[in-house]
This record gives sequence, C-alpha cells and structure tokens, in this order.
Amino acid sequence: MKFQKYANSFKDRPKYVSNCIKAFVAGGIICLIGHFIKDGFLSIGMNQETAGTWATVVLVCTAQLLTGFGVYDILGKLGGAGCSVPITGFANSVVAPAMEYKREGPVLGVGSKIFSLAGPVILLGLATSWAVGLIKWVLQIIF
Amino acid sequence: MDALMELLKVFVTGGLICVIGQILLDTTNLTAPRILVIYVVAGGLLTALGWYQPIVDFGGSGATVPLTGFGYTLVKGALEGLKKEGILGVITGGLKSSAAGISVALVFGYIIALIFNPKAKD
Repeated sequence: MKFQKYANSFKDRPKYVSNCIKAFVAGGIICLIGHFIKDGFLSIGMNQETAGTWATVVLVCTAQLLTGFGVYDILGKLGGAGCSVPITGFANSVVAPAMEYKREGPVLGVGSKIFSLAGPVILLGLATSWAVGLIKWVLQIIF
Repeated sequence: MDALMELLKVFVTGGLICVIGQILLDTTNLTAPRILVIYVVAGGLLTALGWYQPIVDFGGSGATVPLTGFGYTLVKGALEGLKKEGILGVITGGLKSSAAGISVALVFGYIIALIFNPKAKD
C-alpha cells in the first residue's frame, strides 16, 4: 500500500479542466459533422431515418479510413473522450486492434480482433434491447 | 437564426455527452472500451425509461452520434419490433435497426485493417 502511494506520487495528475474542454469541443465538432452529413442527405429528399442511417455509414467509413492513415490516433490524443465516445471512436477501435494483429493471419488474426471491442459493445447493447423488450412484453401481459 | 440555434444545440449536446465520458476516464479506473460499453447500455436504459427521446428531440445528431445513440437505436428497434411482431420482434428488432452501422463498422473495418499497416508508435 505504501509503495502504491509512493508510485502514484510520480503519476501525472490528469488536467481535469483542460481535458474536459478538449472533449467538449472535439465531441461537439464530430456531432456537428454528423449533423451536416445528415442535412446533406435530407436535402436530396431522404426521410429522417434513412438520412440518419446514411450519416452513420459515412461517419464510420471516414473514421476507419482516417484510422488506416494513422490520422485518427492523432485526433484522439487531441480530443480525448471527445473522439472516443462518438460512433467514430467506436469505428476506430474496431479497426485499430485488427491492424495490430495482422501477422496472425487474415482469419484468426484480423478476423477475430475486429471483434475485440465490437463484440462486447454489440453484445451488451443487444442484450439491453432484449431485456427492455422482454420487460415491456411482460408488463403488457400483466396490465 | 433558427438554423444557428439548431447547430448550437447539436454542438452543446454532443459536447456535454463527451465531457461525461472524459470525467469518467479521468476520475475512475475505467478504460475507454469499458466506457463505450457503459455508454451503449446507458443509452439503451435511458431510452427504455423514455428519457433519451427528449434529448434526441433537443440535440438531434448531438445525441445520436455519441455511442449512447447506438443504445437508443437498439432499444427503439426492439420496442418497435415488439409492437409489430411480438416477442420475435424483440429478438430481431435491435439488430434490424442498427444493421447498417454494425455491418459497415465490421466489414469496412476488416477491409481497412487488411489494407493498412499500423503506424509506428513514438
């Protein structure tokens, strides 16, 4: 315990305020980009839902391309959670571990590492949607 | 002026959701992947309680682009499925509504991972 305290005294304390400002600005900008993309699709006559889905597709592809070129890592360092919490951060963390495991082969290396973050996120999200749906179903039967 | 106000709402909503993530990252031992999972589940639960829809109505893309929006889409899909097809709709609804995002993230991500090599870390 004593050692832990001693070791911690060498750790940099996070700069809470400036980190939050960075996250606020970065997250806000990414959401604005998403908004503009959606607006673009709306202006060519798509309905709200289709335009929103297309905006997600464009955001995911762009973030993954930027990850491939090594640009998203740099943005991530600037924006902190502002870059990792939006869907673009999810897209980034699907690709990043897969790239690292290339030497293990395209099937068991890249193919399985693609799921190292996507797996838990999709699974637990899906499980939540089941739980909510089931509870609503039971409530409908009772009342 | 209205258009500008709308942009401001998107920016502030998205920004604030990300600030919560940053605070979790800095003050707890949670790592980024865990925060993403928490965000999806939290978004889903807030949607179930009916609290996330007002945030989406207010902030638009500011609420749907962060990963809480992914949870929102999943739960909304399951509830719509329940209405249309009963319990089978609950099973399929979540993935149906989020199919585009998940499919693209996986398949396009796979292609990118095969083409590009990781950049050397400094």
